[in-house]
Amino acid sequence: MSFVKLTAAAAAMATVSATAVVARDQVQVAGSSTVLPYASIVAEAFGENFDFPTPVVESGGSSAGLKRFCQGVGTEHTDVANASRKIREKEIKACAENGVTDIIEVRIGYDGIVFASQIDGPAYTAFTQSDIFNALAPKVMVDGKLVDNPHTKWSDFNADLPAEDILAFIPGTKHGTREVFEEKVVAAGCEATGAFEAMMAAGMSEDDAEDACLEVMADGRAVDIDGDYTETLASIDANANGIGVFGLAFYENNTDKLKVATMAGVEPSTDTISTGEYPVSRPLFFYVKKAHIGVIPGLKEYAEFFISDEIAGGDGPLAEYGLVSDPALTETQEAVANEAVMGGGS
Amino acid sequence: MSDASLPNGSLPSGGANPQSVSLTEPDARTKKRNAAEKRFRAYGIAAIGAGLFFLVVLLFAIVSNGMGAFQQTFINVPVYLDPAKLDKKGERNIDDIKKVSTFGYNPLIQKAVFDAVQEAGIETPLEKTKDMKALISASAAAQIRDMVIENPDLIGETIDVRILAASRVDGYLKGRVKREDVARDKNIDAEHLDLVDGLQQAGVVEKTFNLDFILGADASESRAEQAGIGVAMIGSFFMMMVVLFLALPIGVAASIYLEEFAPKNRITDLIEVNISNLAAVPSIVFGILGLAVFIQFVHLPQSAPLVGGLVLTLMTLPTIIISTRASLKAVPPSIRDAALGVGASKMQSVFHHVLPLAAPGILTGTIIGLAQALGETAPLLLIGMVGYIATNAPDGIASGLLDPNSAMPAQIYEWAKRADPAYYERAWGGIIILLVFLVSMNTLAVLLRRRFERRW
Repeated sequence: MSFVKLTAAAAAMATVSATAVVARDQVQVAGSSTVLPYASIVAEAFGENFDFPTPVVESGGSSAGLKRFCQGVGTEHTDVANASRKIREKEIKACAENGVTDIIEVRIGYDGIVFASQIDGPAYTAFTQSDIFNALAPKVMVDGKLVDNPHTKWSDFNADLPAEDILAFIPGTKHGTREVFEEKVVAAGCEATGAFEAMMAAGMSEDDAEDACLEVMADGRAVDIDGDYTETLASIDANANGIGVFGLAFYENNTDKLKVATMAGVEPSTDTISTGEYPVSRPLFFYVKKAHIGVIPGLKEYAEFFISDEIAGGDGPLAEYGLVSDPALTETQEAVANEAVMGGGS
Repeated sequence: MSDASLPNGSLPSGGANPQSVSLTEPDARTKKRNAAEKRFRAYGIAAIGAGLFFLVVLLFAIVSNGMGAFQQTFINVPVYLDPAKLDKKGERNIDDIKKVSTFGYNPLIQKAVFDAVQEAGIETPLEKTKDMKALISASAAAQIRDMVIENPDLIGETIDVRILAASRVDGYLKGRVKREDVARDKNIDAEHLDLVDGLQQAGVVEKTFNLDFILGADASESRAEQAGIGVAMIGSFFMMMVVLFLALPIGVAASIYLEEFAPKNRITDLIEVNISNLAAVPSIVFGILGLAVFIQFVHLPQSAPLVGGLVLTLMTLPTIIISTRASLKAVPPSIRDAALGVGASKMQSVFHHVLPLAAPGILTGTIIGLAQALGETAPLLLIGMVGYIATNAPDGIASGLLDPNSAMPAQIYEWAKRADPAYYERAWGGIIILLVFLVSMNTLAVLLRRRFERRW
């Protein structure tokens, strides 16, 4: 009877798929969308030059990637987490609770964060950290006093900036870029304008004042972008008076649509970032689960290939795409070769 | 006429002034009603017109943005495979040859393009072979290395190859990269564009139909020119096979039982309500379920079309069950009664008479369900099928089901996120291919229904 045949076939399919536990033979990577382009370039070259299959690289943000990374040891969990910031103590703890204890930290280089706007838009050409703080913070310094932010236009606090409504597209909290934006731009502006000292003088503890310094207003002038830079670009396209936060590599691929602003007088470029002149840059990392080395074929080779001179060096494809190569690359190469884990080894 | 002799009061549309009533001349109320109907028709036509307008705008946007992806710029050059660089020992030992990575091949290709420039007699301030790098896709080195590894005897010879031009060069020939913008672009400059113009005249650089876009695999961010949707298409195909082989038998079996055999009681009522509810569950929920059950509990591999297919099966089941039950219901009870009357068992009546008559409806429902599953991205996000997944085309059913792969809509989503504008064009191109599939599946469903449908 066809009915019997059909049910038998369905049951067979179900059992086969339920019992087939298949060993994975390709490296699984997830994490920061800033690191994704670099990781995909490396994965592609890795697949071409080695007999291992091409690794699979997913994005989703540094925090999401590290969360998946920390879920446990075993082939159903990812091997590598890409991050555009350092792993947090909290995450190391969460990892340890799930048995992920030996983590190898690999710094691949540096990335600049740039402020860019529509190419035909208002003349946003030069910002300082104080400008961004004055525009976006809930409490700012006006005439030596700490008051609720009265500014609505850029020209309200800096006559050199255009008289346009304040609108900024900043990375959402799941992105590692947000942390860098807060620490290197907003907090720096907080200290530079004297707001930090004023908060301390008003009786706040140092920790509270530091936290208060990182806040941005939630009235619509600062829009969190949880997606990728393409989403920021689309928002900039639709809002001529908006400024957006981008990675340097993304900006360099879209110079026909975006114009970049200097930060504290320094034009962002791989040169100014590597010398440290340009203030808003951050290291990029990936984290390797040591327990998976030897289990997943090609994992260690992938990590070593990623930071090899021909890939991550000054003339390699990563630098060409916009990564600022790490001056301490040799040490990183040694650490990976020795499988030095965080905390314990080097 | 007898009508004329009728007393005025007996006419249905009396109105305030019975004297003016005539059957040929509409009165104010009738006029109002007719006007209301006309207005309603106009609204209807306007609604359809608006719908068509948006459809035309959408199709125009898709086609005008995406057609570029089907063309690609290639460079035809003879490349000398220098033994001094590729096989220093000269033993043609495959292991030694494999040690030369793709980076070792780049200078040879740059030299070849440089020679082509010299031969074409183009005047240029670019004097180093290394300057040619901006014209050549990074994929060329891998292409030639693969040729050499497959046939080491090629070393020492000069081979004619067709390599991809870099995505900026391609964009220039397609009008995406404009001369006035390149001043700020660090990937290419005006001198290189002059070279491209010269080489195009010399016939070295040409823009032709790009089959690799339809058949090829995904590529990394730095080589948009190499990316294709073919492997994702195969991933989608395997997922659809899983859906077909699981959802169709399970769905049909469930609906036959519920419709023909199950007693009507609280439990079957509950099941029915839940099937209808399941059809309305957002697809991302099935993705989370897939991650928790199929990957973390059953330990199926991540990014595998098998898992994607299982997740989409769950999503498609309610659609198939609902449409199957509807078409079983549409078979008149007299057919069942006649079969039972001549002594057939309940099962014989269902399988010999009811099911064949309901088959066209079931088929249509299944195809619509598959088309829906084909366009689904959200559940795939969580099971690792969205991302940079550049595998080769699978070499068998097992590897097709278990090797990491993407799906067409996931690939389009991935491309739309990438920085290089060339990927934006490819995302639109991918949409064209996906739409071709969806339209043909829906047309097939309509044709099958027309061909086999019976009305009673």
